[in-house]
Amino acid sequence: MTGAPLIEVEDLRIDLDDGSRRVAAAEGVSFRIDRGETFGLVGESGCGKSITALALIGLLRQPLSIGGGTIRFEGREIQHLSAARQRELRGNRIAMIFQEPMTALNPVSPVGRQIAEMFVLHKGKSWREADRLAVEALASVRVPAPERRVKDYPHQLSGGMRQRVMIAIALACGPDLLIADEPTTALDVTVQAEIIELMRNLCAERGTAILMISHDLGLVANVCRRVAVMYAGRIVEERGSADIFRAPSHPYTRGLVDSLPRLGSRAALGRTRLKEIAGVVPAITNFPDGCRFNPRCAHATDICRTIAPAADLLEAGGLVRCHHHA
Amino acid sequence: MLSFLFRRLLQTIPTVLAVVALVFVLFSVVPGSIVSSMSDDADPQVELRLKKQLGLDEPVYVRFGSYVAKLATGDFGTSFRTREPVTFMIAKRAWPTLQLIFAAMAFSVVIGVPLGFIAALKPGGIVDTLAMVVAVSGLSIAKFWLGLVLMYLFALKLGWLPSFGYGDGGLKYLILPAVTLGVSPMALFARTTRAAVLEIMTADFVRTARSKGMSETRVVKWHVMRNALVIILTTVGLQFGALMGQAVVVEKLYSWPGIGSLLVDSVLQRDIPAVQGSILVVVLSFLAINLLIDVLYGVIDPRIRYA
Repeated sequence: MTGAPLIEVEDLRIDLDDGSRRVAAAEGVSFRIDRGETFGLVGESGCGKSITALALIGLLRQPLSIGGGTIRFEGREIQHLSAARQRELRGNRIAMIFQEPMTALNPVSPVGRQIAEMFVLHKGKSWREADRLAVEALASVRVPAPERRVKDYPHQLSGGMRQRVMIAIALACGPDLLIADEPTTALDVTVQAEIIELMRNLCAERGTAILMISHDLGLVANVCRRVAVMYAGRIVEERGSADIFRAPSHPYTRGLVDSLPRLGSRAALGRTRLKEIAGVVPAITNFPDGCRFNPRCAHATDICRTIAPAADLLEAGGLVRCHHHA
Repeated sequence: MLSFLFRRLLQTIPTVLAVVALVFVLFSVVPGSIVSSMSDDADPQVELRLKKQLGLDEPVYVRFGSYVAKLATGDFGTSFRTREPVTFMIAKRAWPTLQLIFAAMAFSVVIGVPLGFIAALKPGGIVDTLAMVVAVSGLSIAKFWLGLVLMYLFALKLGWLPSFGYGDGGLKYLILPAVTLGVSPMALFARTTRAAVLEIMTADFVRTARSKGMSETRVVKWHVMRNALVIILTTVGLQFGALMGQAVVVEKLYSWPGIGSLLVDSVLQRDIPAVQGSILVVVLSFLAINLLIDVLYGVIDPRIRYA
């Protein structure tokens, strides 16, 4: 991990403006991703992981906005760039794929054209040339008969095929960072594995870094070298993915690891119920004082209810935000 | 596609028959006849002879039977009033009505759709507020009142345009009636377009388009427009039908020699063949336009394909 990171987020705060007041939907978010690295962001829905991703690509829309902190891309701050400069990065250097491949593609435009747009927008190609490159792009995501498929509309493709098209679009201009927001959540399990493999292989070939966002800790740990766990708008733990499974430090992470179903566990452990984390994620407008996990935490003490824990660096690498971490 | 067209054409037959029957029944139960509309105290002898001549002394079902039989050969019958073939009367008046409806439609689409687009791009902005004021007023103003105001302003006060009539069929005679007829669909198109664009702007694929790094103008041009068109087209199609009905008021107001004024005059004089002919033509045009819209759907939205 030497040299300048590809992207570095420092103390990022995302505000939610509900008309009468501003609340922080995410705050103190810091992480870095190196060139070609795979980094995961995990948490329950509503924890702020998707809006963090949207902030990186400059797509936060009202009522959400960046309230503070910096996002550096190749050492340059990008959070306050003009709209036109942001567009040069977006799609070209930082690309994103979304969860729902059915609705993420324009239903009345052929998929080939939706890929070709990228070459017209960022590479200055003519439509004719772009159409030809679109066939190549579709071939690179292993869509059979790409020269025929480019003329298809999204509804003529399966969910897996549509997500391949999304990957083709995202990787069309050879971006340095690919943000994948729950890329396989809407897909069948068998297709999931294919799509993840494809995404990982293509990015590895091209040296594209991945920021993978998911609620599925198992999936993220499988794909990514490092994982950050978010809870209620804050990163509570960041570790190497092997470490996070072996010895989770934060009680919330431990809860996530324990709640993962394990194959064969019934034979080994007999009939045991899956462990769940009691309670629900607090609403953005109603975050508790101190450590935001304290109402759901079995180890919470008075200090947890009053003072927000600072980030503690762990000896084995990584950090955790807990007053009582292991 | 061809079999779809054929099936749709077959489906129109029951509709047409139902309309023919309904109009026929309605006019055989309403009081008054061509005879009573001519004179209040006609000689009963004359009345009887006239009724016999026009075939009105036959029972309703016999008259209906012979009417439908003639209709099947394309014969709309003969007008009680003018003794002209109804087909001929309608043919004379179809062109002015078509002119009026298409001019009104062109006006409302050309103004309404862009207005809705511009309003939607900055919701809550000045343009949006103004556009929606125009839209709401346009929908709520009564046509005959608007027509009178326009006449007063542009014909009487400013003297720019003729106040009524068809004249030589020139454009300047067309403007006031077309605007009067086009204002409410224009307002409706502005509102529908605005709503459609606003909804589409929140769609996932628009977020994808933005994530590609395109400008908002391109997002709208490449991704929003075509999707909005599907929704706008539906409204336009429905409005064609509505316009044919509303044209009656406008034609009467401006003494426009179209099918609408023919219809009104024929109803007042109980000229049943002319009424039936006019209504039938309006219904047929409505069905034809609906068919055309259905075909256009398939052209714009690939998810709709007719087998």
